[in-house]
Amino acid sequence: MADTIKVDQTLDCKGLLCPMPVIRTKQAIDKMAVGQVLEMISTDPGSVADMMAWSKRTGHELLEHRQGNGLFQFYIRKTK
Amino acid sequence: MSTILDKSLNDLIEAKVKEILDQRVEALVAEKLKKEKDSRRKRLAIAVVSKGTFEAAYAALILATTAAAMDMEVGVYFSFFGLNILKKGNQDSLKVVPLGNPAMPVAMPNIVSVLPGMTAFATLMMKREIKKKKIATVPELMQIALETGVKLWPCQMAMDMFNLKKEDLIDGLPDPVGAATFLEYAGEADITLFI
Repeated sequence: MADTIKVDQTLDCKGLLCPMPVIRTKQAIDKMAVGQVLEMISTDPGSVADMMAWSKRTGHELLEHRQGNGLFQFYIRKTK
Repeated sequence: MSTILDKSLNDLIEAKVKEILDQRVEALVAEKLKKEKDSRRKRLAIAVVSKGTFEAAYAALILATTAAAMDMEVGVYFSFFGLNILKKGNQDSLKVVPLGNPAMPVAMPNIVSVLPGMTAFATLMMKREIKKKKIATVPELMQIALETGVKLWPCQMAMDMFNLKKEDLIDGLPDPVGAATFLEYAGEADITLFI
């Protein structure tokens, strides 16, 4: 499915640990337009649960997350 | 006789109507309050009081910046030794204290921890690890907290006690406040933490 998602911006959080992937994601989303999709890539295994919690709390939609080769990819649509 | 009856009947009706109205209004107000509470931003209140150490600063600032990133409203109250974290130029000089700390990564008996330089040594080791692992630093987290609208309140009484002026603290802080101000804020919080 991710192949069909149109990504407007990619955020590289590789190597960053908690809480930076969440904070950088929020900073990036704030600068985007409603409806746009952010791709965030991290190497922190904790970011999977963290991004789900973040999406639930903020209301920005986590369209999909994938993992492989030590990378975690998140696709987030800005909703407001 | 009949007027007395009428009057008591009227009183009875009035009392009943009042009772029903009161119940209805109460239910409506409760419903409205619940709606407001559900729709408003969650609020986190943290009191950093007991320690002005490296790990206290981390705990407070990581939770505060993350809460702000989750669209929460955040207020952190720094009192007693916690005020140390807000001192100008101090964010990079906070210490890891090995003395009496049974959880140091490299076990250190208290008889060794007590030697001069051991606190500086433990701090240096921790900072090296943080740099190596690209963990955010205290100055970085502090900067993010200020940029994302986290309120970092200095405690007025602690400032007086330690002879600190507003100029002695980092820029961008709100005015120092007292316990009542923080408690009023914390009273409306969804999460309250003590560090």
